[in-house]
Amino acid sequence: MKTFRLFAHYAVLILAALIVLFPLYFTIAGALMTDAQLMRFPPMLVPQELHFENFAKVLDAMPLIRQFFNSIFVASAIVLGVLVTSVLAAYVLVFLNIPFKNVIFGIIMLTILVPTESLIVPKYLILVDLRWINSYPGLIVPFVASGFGIFLMRQFFLSFPKEIYEAARIDGCGHLRFVLTILVPIVRPALGVLGLYTFIGAYNMYFWPLLVINTPDMQTLQIGLQALNSSESTQPSLIYAGAAIAIAPMLVIFYLFQKSIVRGLTSGAVK
Amino acid sequence: MSARSLLARHIRGYSVRDMAVAALFLLPCLIIFAAFVLYPLGRTFHLSFFSNDLLGRPVHFVGLEQYHRIVSDPYLVGVMGTTALFLAYTVLPGIIIGLGLALLLQPKIAAIGVFRALLATPFAFSVAAAAVVFNVFYRPGIGLFNGLLQQMGLPAIDWLTSPNYALGSVAVVSIWRYMGYTLIVCLAGLQSIPDELYEAARIDGASSWHRFRYITLPLMTPTLFFLLVVSTIHSLQTFGEIKLMTAGGPVNSTTTLVYSLYKSAFAYGSSDYGLASALGVVLLLVVTVITVIQFRFLQRKVFYS
Repeated sequence: MKTFRLFAHYAVLILAALIVLFPLYFTIAGALMTDAQLMRFPPMLVPQELHFENFAKVLDAMPLIRQFFNSIFVASAIVLGVLVTSVLAAYVLVFLNIPFKNVIFGIIMLTILVPTESLIVPKYLILVDLRWINSYPGLIVPFVASGFGIFLMRQFFLSFPKEIYEAARIDGCGHLRFVLTILVPIVRPALGVLGLYTFIGAYNMYFWPLLVINTPDMQTLQIGLQALNSSESTQPSLIYAGAAIAIAPMLVIFYLFQKSIVRGLTSGAVK
Repeated sequence: MSARSLLARHIRGYSVRDMAVAALFLLPCLIIFAAFVLYPLGRTFHLSFFSNDLLGRPVHFVGLEQYHRIVSDPYLVGVMGTTALFLAYTVLPGIIIGLGLALLLQPKIAAIGVFRALLATPFAFSVAAAAVVFNVFYRPGIGLFNGLLQQMGLPAIDWLTSPNYALGSVAVVSIWRYMGYTLIVCLAGLQSIPDELYEAARIDGASSWHRFRYITLPLMTPTLFFLLVVSTIHSLQTFGEIKLMTAGGPVNSTTTLVYSLYKSAFAYGSSDYGLASALGVVLLLVVTVITVIQFRFLQRKVFYS
């Protein structure tokens, strides 16, 4: 009876995994089939032979390498900015004795609460005024400070032993030196969590680049996919190949760093 | 007085040096927040009381007219209904699926770690990648889903082209993509329940249903409530799927609050910034109310426990 239950449990797990992973499977399988095979009835679910040329064709159809670079560059710059601003702000909130701390913390919490979609019109108009439409600063600067990032760092810093801080200060260690040589090396795992979380969010960003960018060579990969979607509708194999390329870095990051990602995702949820 | 001796002073018990360092450290994030959150926040309210000219400049003060449009214009009333329907399609079903999968992944049996990783994978899909791939699946004539349906002898479905199905089809993609997150949060919640409780219940002869009903469910309530709040907010903000799969159609059947906001401000050069801002305020108010309820609830939990 016990073995049977275990067997049934695995059967259900495998079935669930098949259903959940099917879209991922078929993105990759479809990227390796010809368009004729993809339009066949009954539908072909397993590629007969592997048509890697679809990847070459999709490189011709859109400036994919440039857009890939844009996505990685923008996401990396945002990560760098968020890490710096979050560490500095959280350091002040946790270690320094200053007036109006609650007001500052309140503003930071407010930025987490406000849905960015509701502010999209004035944010767009600011970008027009700054002449940042269709530029890297337009894609990067609005995101280099994150209320969530500051909050997360603050949570990690709160568990940092106060004695170490006081000992370092008494020994004449300056604020910046303390942050760079003692605090940052110790909280490196936390920085990793925040960095990954931010990178995934920035790489997958859609709404903002859609508004801000209007030429193909400045588009990020996500917006490039949209162009592929409308221009290559008779060539589903190219859409699959483009999507496969776009998700590949995220899949690698997800499987390599799953522990850190899970830690970041659940940091607000479970106490 | 030299700068050095000024920094060494204290004002009302606060070190001047510490305050100077704090100001310097906080400056970068406060500038960004001021420019891209606080100012736009005030400006959204401001714009919502005006109608604008073709260049987007607010020229006529119209008071609450934009808000009046939201509650009286049949199109905008319909938008609110669509938004509510989309929440109904995505929030609870998404949580139930996530909890169900998390329960399947709870026992510590061989290779469970692999299954946990596999089932959380949709998290790696971006909105755009998921939407373009499902667009191909959903195609009317030669689409994969209709092919599979016909192979099973079932009639084809107009997934994205029928007003009856389009919102549901979009909801499926949204649930699927968000499932990885729901699952991870549920799993973390389940793992925080002490094993001893289950063992004690087992010794007392409690059935698996009773263990679920009287141990898992009550102890998961805070986690599930948290998910209810964040999923609702997430669902309200859904944009990419709608933009890429249906563009709000057919006959506005997938035009939700956020999508109508986008359409009135940016689509086809309409530039109705006044209405878009009023819709933004409505979104902001809804999210605020949900968050306040969450805080109230959490405080009560802390009080009783």
